[in-house]
Amino acid sequence: MKVVLQHLTKIFPSRNKKDKSNEVVAVNDFNLEIPDGKLIGLLGPSGCGKSTTLFMISGLQAPTSGKIFFGDDDVTKLAPENRGIGLVFQNYALYPHMTVQQNILFPLQNLKGENRLSKEEMLKRANEVARLVQIDEYMNRKPSELSGGQQQRVAIARALVKMPRVLLLDEPLSNLDARLRLQTREEIRRIQRDTQITTIFVTHDQEEAMSISDFIVVMKLGVVMQTGKPQWVYDDPANLFVAKFLGAPPINMFRGKVQDGVLYIGEEAVLDAAGVEDQEVYVGIRPEGFILSREGKLTCKVSGVDVMGRDISVVSTSENSINPVVRSIISAEEMGNITGDAVKFDLKEHKVFLFNRETEQRVYFGGQTAAHEAMIKAMEEEGQAYTAALTGNFPREADDKAKERPAAPKGKFAKIKGIFSKKEKASKEKEASSATEENGEVK
Amino acid sequence: MQRTKGQKKNQWKAWLYLLPALALLAVFTVWPIINTIRMSLLKDYSIMAELSGTKFRFGFDNFVKVTRYPSFIKCLGNTMLLTVITVPVSTMLALLIAVALNSIKFLRRIFQTIFFLPYVTNAIAIGMVFMAMFDIIGGGPGIEPSSIGIINTIIKAFGGSPIKWVSTGSTKTANMAVLILYIIWNALPFKILVLLGGLQSVNKQYYEAAKVDGASRFRIFWRITVPLLSPMIAYVVITGFIGGFKEYSSVVGIFGEDMGPAHDPGRLNTMVGFIYENIKGNQGRASAAALILFAIILAVTIINLYVSKKKVHY
Repeated sequence: MKVVLQHLTKIFPSRNKKDKSNEVVAVNDFNLEIPDGKLIGLLGPSGCGKSTTLFMISGLQAPTSGKIFFGDDDVTKLAPENRGIGLVFQNYALYPHMTVQQNILFPLQNLKGENRLSKEEMLKRANEVARLVQIDEYMNRKPSELSGGQQQRVAIARALVKMPRVLLLDEPLSNLDARLRLQTREEIRRIQRDTQITTIFVTHDQEEAMSISDFIVVMKLGVVMQTGKPQWVYDDPANLFVAKFLGAPPINMFRGKVQDGVLYIGEEAVLDAAGVEDQEVYVGIRPEGFILSREGKLTCKVSGVDVMGRDISVVSTSENSINPVVRSIISAEEMGNITGDAVKFDLKEHKVFLFNRETEQRVYFGGQTAAHEAMIKAMEEEGQAYTAALTGNFPREADDKAKERPAAPKGKFAKIKGIFSKKEKASKEKEASSATEENGEVK
Repeated sequence: MQRTKGQKKNQWKAWLYLLPALALLAVFTVWPIINTIRMSLLKDYSIMAELSGTKFRFGFDNFVKVTRYPSFIKCLGNTMLLTVITVPVSTMLALLIAVALNSIKFLRRIFQTIFFLPYVTNAIAIGMVFMAMFDIIGGGPGIEPSSIGIINTIIKAFGGSPIKWVSTGSTKTANMAVLILYIIWNALPFKILVLLGGLQSVNKQYYEAAKVDGASRFRIFWRITVPLLSPMIAYVVITGFIGGFKEYSSVVGIFGEDMGPAHDPGRLNTMVGFIYENIKGNQGRASAAALILFAIILAVTIINLYVSKKKVHY
């Protein structure tokens, strides 16, 4: 079943209903077309509106404006039970007083009229689904007697048993430990492939979303930042937020500038950027975008080397880096070439992304322009629209014109940025802390 | 576990600190229980006789006598009847009201206050209000019989003939009806409070999940709400039964210490009423009755717990 979201918007009113300034725009003008039978990952930091979007698709929350289509049916006004959806909650919401079998049977027992199945049929279906998710051995257990991963599979079975048109998963893996998460993630992918049900999957874990989704949708503060195949979005981020959000270890950010067609980081001319206007830029370099070289153009101070077997991760510092450390991943064979305090790098052009300092939008240079155009063409062939939202197109700006909801003009960006600087700071801190966690794992 | 010398010393100290509480418990709880058992096992026991030096024969005489006593059998019957009717009815009503209260937002506080009023009002005062509502006087010089009281006024307004509810000449059925109504109304607030608390702690996601699963409101109530509330319901039922068997003040509130209408005192007497009656003259018999009451409550509670273990989930 194809799912289409048109101008979907959700505004939560403030407690004092007349007070418009405290309204929260959770989802702002969300447009998306989900092809039949695909697995879509809705990805973004907490509070970006991804769960709200999911609940609107489920019908548990009504959109403030906009429409939802399943195939050609407009389901915007339909009650959840009439939409033909299966929903898996973050904490599964398995009925604790029922056995696994009763839990799975419950949606079937609610069917009325001609859809009602005979008892034997119900049991047959429940058993089939249980076998699909591999919990048929535990049919007579209570949810409390199951492990997290097993509960998770029961929840999926319960969602699947009525053969939904669309399967919705709300952060289904966040309550599992690391090993189970990997395993269950594969499981979900397998079940989705077996059933071919259009699936929407909400997560804040970019690795999770990238690994199992056919398409990912990156969201920030209710606005779609970019959509596309995971690898495309990783290789060709549309703006600063997407570049920073995807990738582990995170992308290295530098302050730089383009002058006379040359990209400078600090005083060092690192890459040729012919044809790009002179401007101040953020330079994002993926950890795998560094080449160790004696004549390298970017100089950093080495502060440590993490050995990871096949690769090594060089931890260094640079006064132009925005991140506390610069992390580059190079082949372990080159370890001998790191001598002394300073290390010099050449950069791979396709792993270096430039973003305008003001708009935070991508500035394409060199061969990237052609690659970007090729990607847009490939997306069009897949029936997808390329989304590259302005980082500045934040919901609150349009509050007083909530009904019209025009796209925010570029020029107003500076003003909006002031409003959000606090929030961004908080999220940056979060990113930094999660980055250190990852580092811990690597070691 | 090995105990060091220091621990032993500390233990001695702990007992010292516990002493005041233990002493009070011993005097006001432990001793009365033991004494009740002792009194119930002495033939024809009375405190006055004991003080004057009489020795009593040991035996189960009191228990045998009490169970043959017609007024005891009547009290037991009344108590059973009241409990068996009021506990299930008030529990169901409380459940419905709690669910209703939980699902409304508008005026919820006001309704909560109204339903909780009986809880903070004196039982005797409520009894007197009921007495007035159900016609206390039942006619008199210059007053038409059974003309007073709001209930009869309402009955008359609808064209019915007034009923003698509690006054002289009233039937036992009418008396019981008033009493049962009173007890149910009086029992509601506590039950609503407990069940509402339980409802509010139920994770809302179960309801959302049930909604997505297409369950009707009725099915959500029976298949989700009631099972999830079952621990609370069990608690309310068990305490309801215990309270029901100890019913006394409600009868006093409506019918006065006669425990019945003027022409038939003692008609609505209960177990606790029987114990009070006998405590003045025949402590042995009162003790035996008290122990029988205790045994009944214990048995009912054990049955309740056994049933709820089978039915109450998780």
